[in-house]
Amino acid sequence: MSDLEKFRREARAWLGQNCPPEMRKPMASDSDTFWGGRNATFSSEAQRVWFERMRDKGWTVPHWPTEYGGGGLDGEEAKIVRQEMAAIGARQPLTSFGISMLGPALLKYGTDEQKKEHLPKITAGLIRWCQGYSEPNAGSDLASLQTRAESDGDDYVINGQKIWTSYANHADWIFCLVRTDPAAKKHDGISFILFDMTSKGVSTKPILLISGYSPFCETFFDNVRVPKAHVVGQVNRGWDVAKYLLQHERAMISGMGERGVGRPLGQIAADSIGADEQGRLDDAPLRSQIASFEVDEAALAAAAERAVDLAKAGQSHPAFSSAMKYYGTELNKRRYEILMSAGGIDALEWESERSRGGARPRAWLRTKANSIEGGTSEVMLGIVAKRILDLPGA
Amino acid sequence: MALVLTEEQSMLRDSARGLISDKAPVSHLRSLRDSKDATGFSRELWRTFAEMGFSGLLVPEEFGGSGLGCVEAGIVMEEIGRTLMPSPFLATSVLAASALSRGGNEAQKAQYLPKVSDGSLLAALAIDEGAKHRPLQTKLQATRAGNGFKLNGDKAFVVDGHTADLLIVAARSAGAAGDKNGLTLFLVDPKSKGLAIERIAMVDSHNAARIVFDHVEVNADSVLGEVDEGYALLDGVLNIGRGAVASEMVGLSEEVFGRTVTYLKERKQFGKAIGEFQALQHRAAQLYIEIEITRAAVLKALQTLDADPGKAGTAVAVAKARAGNTATQAVQEGVQMHGGMGMTDQFDIGFFMKRARVCQELFGDSNFHADQLARAKGY
Ligand SMILES: Cc1cc2nc3c(=O)[nH]c(=O)nc-3n(C[C@H](O)[C@H](O)[C@H](O)COP(=O)(O)OP(=O)(O)OC[C@H]3O[C@@H](n4cnc5c(N)ncnc54)[C@H](O)[C@@H]3O)c2cc1C
Ligand SMILES: Cc1cc2nc3c(=O)[nH]c(=O)nc-3n(C[C@H](O)[C@H](O)[C@H](O)COP(=O)(O)OP(=O)(O)OC[C@H]3O[C@@H](n4cnc5c(N)ncnc54)[C@H](O)[C@@H]3O)c2cc1C
Repeated sequence: MSDLEKFRREARAWLGQNCPPEMRKPMASDSDTFWGGRNATFSSEAQRVWFERMRDKGWTVPHWPTEYGGGGLDGEEAKIVRQEMAAIGARQPLTSFGISMLGPALLKYGTDEQKKEHLPKITAGLIRWCQGYSEPNAGSDLASLQTRAESDGDDYVINGQKIWTSYANHADWIFCLVRTDPAAKKHDGISFILFDMTSKGVSTKPILLISGYSPFCETFFDNVRVPKAHVVGQVNRGWDVAKYLLQHERAMISGMGERGVGRPLGQIAADSIGADEQGRLDDAPLRSQIASFEVDEAALAAAAERAVDLAKAGQSHPAFSSAMKYYGTELNKRRYEILMSAGGIDALEWESERSRGGARPRAWLRTKANSIEGGTSEVMLGIVAKRILDLPGA
Repeated sequence: MALVLTEEQSMLRDSARGLISDKAPVSHLRSLRDSKDATGFSRELWRTFAEMGFSGLLVPEEFGGSGLGCVEAGIVMEEIGRTLMPSPFLATSVLAASALSRGGNEAQKAQYLPKVSDGSLLAALAIDEGAKHRPLQTKLQATRAGNGFKLNGDKAFVVDGHTADLLIVAARSAGAAGDKNGLTLFLVDPKSKGLAIERIAMVDSHNAARIVFDHVEVNADSVLGEVDEGYALLDGVLNIGRGAVASEMVGLSEEVFGRTVTYLKERKQFGKAIGEFQALQHRAAQLYIEIEITRAAVLKALQTLDADPGKAGTAVAVAKARAGNTATQAVQEGVQMHGGMGMTDQFDIGFFMKRARVCQELFGDSNFHADQLARAKGY
């Protein structure tokens, strides 16, 4: 038996023993996600147990170095853990922007001190992060951001406003893009900086989404003092860090959606619509829509697997995560259009008990943001045209 | 298994690409078409294929082949797709070689496989009967006669049927159209009495045949696999063919796309390269993404066919459905973005459009395979 084979057996056995049955069911709502942080609460005992066991094993982030609380696994082993978790439907024990966004950027650009300070608190779920990129006048054109950081001794003094900051009102720290050199060209005067959301002068104001939830905020900075040592990477080279982080964010968003787990979409549809004598969904056009959706979904799963393998083989294009982000998010929107159509009038209920407070229509509406957040679909296509296809003027 | 080519596989790709792009660029197909060549492919090139070990790629080593797998066959098919080289590779080296090595008894394997490997025997698989690929609907009748069978009925779309030295024929020996049980595969000599072959010139200048069986007699030794239980064998062989054609479509799509992107950078209108217009940039980017995703799905299917053929059905359906859709989109955008030039016969892009249409129909189009997936998932 090869080492990997052996590793797979051990991983399977360990997960089988340690993942509580409740944590193997598909998530029903946002509260099933554990985000960690200073004020974290567990929605169930099973959630707590699962998180703590995975944390102690180093598997909240299996591929990070052990010195930072990760599992120290190589790419092949981490893939096996993911596959074995997927095989039993195990939930992520911890979800956080620290894992999917900040961590990779710190590992690449952070100083030893910064890594030692922040990474262990991410793997242990102690600190919850938010992302301060977008501003009212800097969305797709992110590099035109105006939040200022002025030098004052060993500190920067930050003034300005961010918007669409997901979970800013629950976050402990923020990774933030600020302008440190207003005279430079727009990409050249930006720095990437970290600070505590309890700092004096930080305030947030939640914004209500069309789903009726309010996961994001306007975030205001009024003379916020931040030590200069909190800049990640070089001063005025924050755009490199920001872009690198975005690649990881896009890869993460492209993987959203409960791909391939739970019951096939066609059967969910048959539950409410019915099937003919041969077991075929009683809505032929919807059946074909679902079938071609599932063809594309399976193909995307293969592409996601291949993207990881290509990266490992050193053959991937750095902009490829934009391609995956585009396709994954458009596909997730298709999934929810199908689910709404499959549910028919039942999927229109917004507040009732039987609809679990309108879980499906709210999730449907939430997916519409997938092709906006982390860079819009149009921006992704522009990046592919320019950086991969090398088309002129893109 | 990693979803990337191994070093050996990359080397195989390079050598196939070297040979095919050198000896059979699209102009090769064009000249065969223009000269109304009776064979429709180059026998000389086929000999070279044999010398390089391609013709026996899927044949086990004990029968003179290389004993390689579907991933490798797909690699060669992809290169064929890039230049549209007409070649017996699909019919003989993929379909017949798989059917014989999986279904043949020792005598059959010893008789035919060495000749497949050395390129001296051409074969064809006869399945389709109606306008669409519906293998379960096979009606061509096999009735017992003496110690053998008599075959009656029609076959259509028999790839390379006009040059075949051996036909592998799906026939109904029991049950009714639509039944899985009651199908039998036969090895038939195309020169048999009562058998009439009509070569069909297809839209893509490749070759297929219509074949009429009128009381064609075959003996019991000509049964490939088990009487009445040929469906599993046939389905396995078809899945390999589907994976191979999907690979061809990946090569085809990528070639068309590459040519189109080059054109977007060269062609100027309104004082700039048309590739500067965002309306075209975004469509080009979308097509690139489709091709990349399809490439992954096809490789996944080929790897599954090699690792666990019994479980490859779903992955193959996904691959063939995707490849058909992607190729259709690639050739349509290819012609459209070339403007008036794309519509001319002098320009190669039309050849790709025609071939993509044929590849769609080969062994089930995208709708067929999406339907297969839906059935497999129980809706
Ligand atoms: C649910 C959600 C969560 C978010 N979370 C965060 C967060 O945590 N932190 C954060 O910093 N930001 C966050 N964002 C913000 C997100 O990154 C921006 O919304 C996004 O970058 C788009 O910016 P915008 O909204 O200003 O739209 P705009 O940039 O104004 O775009 C409007 C439309 O114009 C199109 N467009 C713009 N430029 C071009 C172009 N060059 N070519 C073609 N079309 C173009 C866009 O594609 C879009 O369709 C979040 C957004 C959402 C919806
Ligand atoms: C069958 C046929 C019959 C014809 N008959 C006649 C005839 O009788 N008389 C005659 O004078 N002409 C005729 N034409 C020519 C026809 O009008 C041109 O082919 C057409 O205007 C496109 O020009 P083009 O071929 O140079 O393509 P191009 O202009 O080079 O276009 C190439 C591609 O770039 C795209 N493109 C160009 N500019 C832009 C832009 N600004 N934004 C986005 N995309 C852009 C186009 O849509 C196209 O996809 C005929 C063409 C055909 C195919």
